[in-house]
Amino acid sequence: MIDSDPLGFIAALAAMTVTVYLSRAGGYWLIGRFRIGPRLRRMLDALPGAIIASALAPLLLHDGGRAGLALGAAAATMVILRNDFAAVLAGVAVAAAAFALGL
Amino acid sequence: MTHQTPPASPRWTLDAFRHGVWSMLPLLPGLAAFGMAFGTVTARKGFSLLDTLLMTGSVFAGMAQMIVMDNWPARLTVAAIAGTAAITALVNLRFLLIGATLRPWLETSPSLKVYPTLFFLTEPNWLLSMRYRSDGGNDPAFLLGSGVIVYVVWVLSAVPGYWLGAAVGDPHAFGLDLVVPAFFMAMLVTLWRGKRPAIAWLVSGGVAIAADWLFGSFWYLIAGALAGGIVGGFVDD
Repeated sequence: MIDSDPLGFIAALAAMTVTVYLSRAGGYWLIGRFRIGPRLRRMLDALPGAIIASALAPLLLHDGGRAGLALGAAAATMVILRNDFAAVLAGVAVAAAAFALGL
Repeated sequence: MTHQTPPASPRWTLDAFRHGVWSMLPLLPGLAAFGMAFGTVTARKGFSLLDTLLMTGSVFAGMAQMIVMDNWPARLTVAAIAGTAAITALVNLRFLLIGATLRPWLETSPSLKVYPTLFFLTEPNWLLSMRYRSDGGNDPAFLLGSGVIVYVVWVLSAVPGYWLGAAVGDPHAFGLDLVVPAFFMAMLVTLWRGKRPAIAWLVSGGVAIAADWLFGSFWYLIAGALAGGIVGGFVDD
């Protein structure tokens, strides 16, 4: 299917590549057309936490106990040690242990 | 746009680039596992290794690539290609918001540096860069370095994944599927600024769960992010 249609494959890749790049650069470009006032600034500042919460909440709901334990361990480790590496390691270790226990 | 005299452009140094690379270290095992999984998927779908590397090296968007692979059209008609681009756009819509947050930091830098750097924008290196900035860092080469290392690992890890195929094993068994979520959790801890700003997170999470239930797929990310951003803009009042 791919070897028979190299032109189509390249066209699909080009379409995807351009689309992805536009999404990466487009927001930066577009917001430059506006004046960033204090309100807009606060909205932008709130986005990192908002995106993380949006990514994690459904995961916690679907993946239940295992993800909850792992993310709880990562958060607790981060609060105590303030170290990214330790937090990720704790999360992964707890996830692996929970998997082994059949959670 | 701005009417004051523009502040001096921040310097882009090799030191900050290296700092960015090293900061990504905790995430690299998870990224490599994800990249290998992508290589395995393309191998099973009958793509050549060259095709796999071409896609992963040019598109460079993990979630979009995985979803497109799942729905790869049997025949690449113009309509099928347009549909592929539409799915890609939908999955990556959230990057419009992510890119916007970089404006205050990068707008004093030359476009010739900023726009190539944006090619390497991913969620993890964006979050790390936001923290780097709130810790007082101001060198945009940090963003570039942390993005380039993600790119290198993402592209290279597809190769062993392609060859090993199913031998990779179950990433769940080693908890590798939760590396990125655990990292997100750690970032959330560093973003904590008291209870009031966290109201926006609760709203985001609630809206994301509702949107996930109502529309499924990836709408929840956009809906949750937008809701949290809007609430975050008003919550201090």
